[in-house]
Amino acid sequence: MNQRIPVTELASDFKGRAREALADSQLRSNFRTAMDSLMRKRADAFSDADEREGLRELGNRIRARSLSNLPDLLEELETRLTANGIKVHWAETVEEANEIVHGIIEAHDGRQVVKGKSMVSEEMEMNDYLADRDIECLESDMGEYIVQLDGEKPSHIIMPAIHKNARQVSALFNEKLGEHVSEDVDELIQTGRRILRRKFLEADVGVSGVNFAIAETGTLLLVENEGNGRMSTTSPPVHIAVTGIEKVVSNLRDVVPLVSLLTRSALGQPITTYINMISGPRKPDELDGPEEVHLVLLDNGRTGAFADAQMRQTLNCIRCGACMNHCPVYTRVGGHTYGEVYPGPIGKIVTPHMVGLDKVPDHPSASSLCGACGEVCPVKIPIPELLQRLRQENVQAPDHQPAAVKGAGSKYSRKERMVWRTWVMLNTRPSLYKLFLWGATRFRALAPKKVGPWTENHSAPVPAARSLHDLARDHLKNPPNGRAGS
Amino acid sequence: MSARANILNKLRTSLAGTTPRPDEFDESLVTGPWRYPPDQRIARLRELMEAVHTEVHQTSENNWPALVAELLAKRGITNLLYAPATVHGEQLASAWKERADGPELRGYDRPIEEWKAELFNDVQASVTGTIGGIAATGSLVLWPDRNEPRLMSLVPPVHIALLKASGIHDNWYDMMTAQDWAGGLPTNVLLVSGPSKTADIEQVLAYGAHGPKELIVLILEDA
Ligand code: SF4
Repeated sequence: MNQRIPVTELASDFKGRAREALADSQLRSNFRTAMDSLMRKRADAFSDADEREGLRELGNRIRARSLSNLPDLLEELETRLTANGIKVHWAETVEEANEIVHGIIEAHDGRQVVKGKSMVSEEMEMNDYLADRDIECLESDMGEYIVQLDGEKPSHIIMPAIHKNARQVSALFNEKLGEHVSEDVDELIQTGRRILRRKFLEADVGVSGVNFAIAETGTLLLVENEGNGRMSTTSPPVHIAVTGIEKVVSNLRDVVPLVSLLTRSALGQPITTYINMISGPRKPDELDGPEEVHLVLLDNGRTGAFADAQMRQTLNCIRCGACMNHCPVYTRVGGHTYGEVYPGPIGKIVTPHMVGLDKVPDHPSASSLCGACGEVCPVKIPIPELLQRLRQENVQAPDHQPAAVKGAGSKYSRKERMVWRTWVMLNTRPSLYKLFLWGATRFRALAPKKVGPWTENHSAPVPAARSLHDLARDHLKNPPNGRAGS
Repeated sequence: MSARANILNKLRTSLAGTTPRPDEFDESLVTGPWRYPPDQRIARLRELMEAVHTEVHQTSENNWPALVAELLAKRGITNLLYAPATVHGEQLASAWKERADGPELRGYDRPIEEWKAELFNDVQASVTGTIGGIAATGSLVLWPDRNEPRLMSLVPPVHIALLKASGIHDNWYDMMTAQDWAGGLPTNVLLVSGPSKTADIEQVLAYGAHGPKELIVLILEDA
């Protein structure tokens, strides 16, 4: 029986979806196995701790330097790309970005688009946007193709179909493509290859993401294993790349450590099969390659995160996925539970800037704050610290100024605020505290039997008959072995 | 105001009064752990490439055309895409002239629009040059141009790449510095480190996802 819960029917909030995911034993086992293996691979790829820490430090410095100079770098990138013959477009919102992409496709009478893996295009929901305008946009990464075929969204930023096993993929290919049932992974991949090959041949436009945009040379660098990224950016007559404004780095040499950090953190590979560096469309005397290359630079909340020096660090992210692989919450509930494009720890710190904290109020607290995400992050984003910051933003009073994060304050509760105010008062005034203790121990029988969700799984806390202060005082007065004052 | 102006304005406002961070690039971190004695470079590259299912052969500058014929015959491959205007292309064509029984040589000498379907459907293998290799990561570097276009190394199911032993660098940083990549790049540069692969289903590695199913590297040592 297929136990998968289609994403469209999932409960509408994080907690509800988490409950459903936790009850799905197949899903849990698919994730557990995958994440254990990814963690092992990363550990093996960074066997020398000094080397790893040195490189992470360098990665952090490079990203911080790039962001500290971001507007100038973007202008330099644009100048270089333009000189190389690549057309640059800017979009503040996903609507604008979609319009730009659609406009380019329309200008070429395009009907078929093949798309390499791109999280920014997921942000844009580009497939749906184009489908509504009669343009087929086919995902060409195997994992993305599988989830697209099933009408789902990716559940992991590196391995989009990690929530499915071979049996489930086989059933899907059988149902949607009429392929015979086979749980042999090689055979399943060859089916995908056969179908997508025809699409690469026929497509009018190829779309891709960008891993790093290099200002110095005007180069778009893409990292991948399958070759679908190369196909999408080389075979169709037009290539459109879409990326967030933060992906720019100053120099070509900057990408050497960043690529090493990315591929080792993501899948434990020393390098991916292909590093594709695109610095221009086909020249007049060349025989292949796209005649036009476009780059769409998308904001979608990034300037908002950038405005806050602490939250700006979220833009360091190189999308390796290591934080989710190591997150005890993600590992158990899976990527769909987050209900947003970016799941896991990174999703929890970038999504609020895109959609507003009020749309994802449970995300910052869906963390044990164990610190694993911050410890593995190759560019040293202090994720736990940022989660704590978002928790604070969540409970800000509505009139709090300045409102730092979009949608802050949605979890503000007057009652909770009062409770904490009282707590502070008691703990900062010794006489009041003593009085409170006196009352709490005497009238302990009156303590509430139910305290919200806590008592669903725990017994209610009851004050002790005597306070610790009392007991300690007695102990010091009458020590068991008569050692008072020694 | 345009989206461009808005975005740049917002970023500039947020940075008002700050100075950009200095460039503290430490190149020893990307070179130091990745140095090999010259006689170990080939071994390191071979080891990494073979670990991801690449077939590697060491041969000489003169003998490789014969080896290519042999490798294709073993696979029952009947045609080979090559770049006629390159030095290695000419060498291959002249060495194969005598072979009546060998695979058919097809030159990539027309714009792709004229024969795209043929490239996708009929071509069984290709042979291309490289501008060098990287021992640290087991990578080939391809620098496509007019004579040896981009799709040659991507569409045919078998890709044979020629790599001069003297062109193997210790690490990527050394290579891009030695060849002054920052001074100018062609429209497309590729690092290729094995045949196309995926682990998207259950993390099981499968080769031949979209690009070549087989990558064969011929390391050419001085004749
Ligand atoms: S936050 Fe760090 S660990 Fe997570 S995806 Fe981004 S770079 Fe990787």
